[in-house]
Amino acid sequence: MTDVLAVTEHRRGSLRDVSFEIVTAGRKLADAQGGDLHLAVIGGDVESFADELNVEGVDTIHTVADGEEFNHDVYTQVVEQLYADVAPTTLLLPNSVNGLDYAPAVAERLDVPIVTDAVGFDHDGTLEVTREMYASKVATTVEVDADEAVVTIRPSEFAKAEGEGSADVQSFDADVDESAVRSTVTGFEEVGGGDVDISEADVLVSVGRGIEEEENIELVEALAETLGATLSSSRPIVDAGWLPKNRQVGQSGKVVTPKVYLAIGISGAVQHVAGMKGSETIVAINTDPNAPINDLADYAIHDDLFDVVPALIEEFGGESPL
Amino acid sequence: MKILVTVKEVAEAEDDFEIDGLDIDERYLEYDLNEWDDYAVEEAVTIAEDGDDVEVVSVTIGPERAEETVRMALAKGVDRAIRVWDDDLESADMLDVGTKADILAAVVEEEDPDLVFSGVQANDDGFGATGVALAEVVDMEWGAVVNDLDLDAEGGVAHVHRELEGGVEELTDIELPAVLTIQTGINEPRYASLRGIRQAQRKPLDVQGLGDLGLDASVLESAVSRTAMFEPESESDVTVFEGGAEEEAGQLADLLRDKGVVEG
Ligand SMILES: Cc1cc2nc3c(=O)[nH]c(=O)nc-3n(C[C@H](O)[C@H](O)[C@H](O)COP(=O)(O)OP(=O)(O)OC[C@H]3O[C@@H](n4cnc5c(N)ncnc54)[C@H](O)[C@@H]3O)c2cc1C
Ligand SMILES: Nc1ncnc2c1ncn2[C@@H]1O[C@H](COP(=O)(O)O)[C@@H](O)[C@H]1O
Repeated sequence: MTDVLAVTEHRRGSLRDVSFEIVTAGRKLADAQGGDLHLAVIGGDVESFADELNVEGVDTIHTVADGEEFNHDVYTQVVEQLYADVAPTTLLLPNSVNGLDYAPAVAERLDVPIVTDAVGFDHDGTLEVTREMYASKVATTVEVDADEAVVTIRPSEFAKAEGEGSADVQSFDADVDESAVRSTVTGFEEVGGGDVDISEADVLVSVGRGIEEEENIELVEALAETLGATLSSSRPIVDAGWLPKNRQVGQSGKVVTPKVYLAIGISGAVQHVAGMKGSETIVAINTDPNAPINDLADYAIHDDLFDVVPALIEEFGGESPL
Repeated sequence: MKILVTVKEVAEAEDDFEIDGLDIDERYLEYDLNEWDDYAVEEAVTIAEDGDDVEVVSVTIGPERAEETVRMALAKGVDRAIRVWDDDLESADMLDVGTKADILAAVVEEEDPDLVFSGVQANDDGFGATGVALAEVVDMEWGAVVNDLDLDAEGGVAHVHRELEGGVEELTDIELPAVLTIQTGINEPRYASLRGIRQAQRKPLDVQGLGDLGLDASVLESAVSRTAMFEPESESDVTVFEGGAEEEAGQLADLLRDKGVVEG
């Protein structure tokens, strides 16, 4: 028992990136344990998914043709049965929104400890997981003193596996108890449409909770106008209703890759970073020199935005409203 | 109908902090109600206000210090609160997901709620897992990352939106009883009113030990332990502009002009 079983993810007909990232993570862990990497793909067009997933590093791909889209009751049952069949030491699942919706249940059902949101591992006899705490201000090492573990991996943290694979593709017959399926997915809805597309902008002035009050939004509006830039924001600004949903950058908002991303009063939470780390030049204005955004920024000002932003507006010949 | 809301008092690190062993030094931590739980409380209280005969109970596993946070939830409209704590919990190193789920499960069994709301994640340890693990332990249905809820209590179903990545929401019908993990933005959490704060002082806040819940210290045994905490290595070599706001804005302006940004 030294194998790793990793479960992939797809949505509306396409595999998600994390499915290839989990191969990289899984291979690393399987090598450290001296075992094989098993991959599972559940639901949808499993045959063509298996073709796509047959990349370097995968030993076996298990296809399970149950359902079209993700349903946590189905996934939980299937993974439990596959786990019994493959008998791995580590079950790797994505720490995606759907991962959050079944990984903890699987761990409980298997009676195996779970560690979530891993950004790295080590294994020399004992599994060691690196994960962050306190809104990414610190990292921790977590040890799992057990023969088996469920670990979820942070999306976009591991490189996507590539290259021609030579995995053995096997179909797995799961026995899904329909009476235990107590939730039904009835559809999908796209949100955040509208007239502005922040992903098209060359320059984004992006505002976060550091702005404190709705009335202060006009300060960053004035900056955006002065610079001919587009205004975007982190999630709390949209949650509070200060800007519309189509301005939100991040995991549940838009992915942006402007030439310049000006992060003003934004801490740089992982779900925010997921949406802007591809920006060419990142500038952070944040009073906290330890805010995680500083690890990503090319340029930073560790000062009060209420002093810096008005001065910047004036530098460009504009007039500050505050 | 009864709604149980799990609430956690989370610690937030101050701008400058020091690590002391396996945790941030207490002196640099500030405590507050977890942001996600604030939305969960609001959702429950709104349902109670709109319905007949809905009781909202909150539960926290936490030390006496957490009572301030619990009182805040009571002030916002929670009817009564349970705080689980005792000497065994006090001396436990770290509560992992399985442990928290087992303890909360004992409370669910005692209270027998129709709905349980928890937050998507606790902003300090950020497991993002306790709610769904709890659902499995108590054999309830569940839904994670819920940002819209239309409750049909009579029909025994919750119509929810689950917020997926990239601006896509999944529409799901979930059979009751269920645990829903609540996402921020689902509502607008209220501020506690002065009247609410006064009333909160008189609302029941019941402290229970593991023994009261039919558990013992064995529930705290866990294979998962934290063995190190450190400041992450910075991957970028960031250029920091210094010298006061005027000077810094000047340097930033030069940079922006250099990148082709001009007066709009
Ligand atoms: C499933 C899920 C999906 C999510 N999706 C997204 C998403 O798509 N996008 C997103 O952004 N978040 C998302 N989040 C939320 C994310 O975890 C953070 O809560 C959020 O990004 C924090 O926003 P913020 O940086 O504006 O606020 P905070 O983290 O509160 O940071 C505010 C910052 O402002 C600084 N500041 C304060 N005052 C000043 C001042 N006067 N001058 C300068 N700086 C100041 C502070 O030092 C701090 O760093 C998601 C979370 C979950 C669980
Ligand atoms: N100690 C605790 N007491 C009560 N509820 C908790 C506790 N820890 C976590 N929770 C609940 O579980 C949710 C997710 O927490 P976590 O899985 O730790 O990220 C939180 O938003 C809370 O609602």
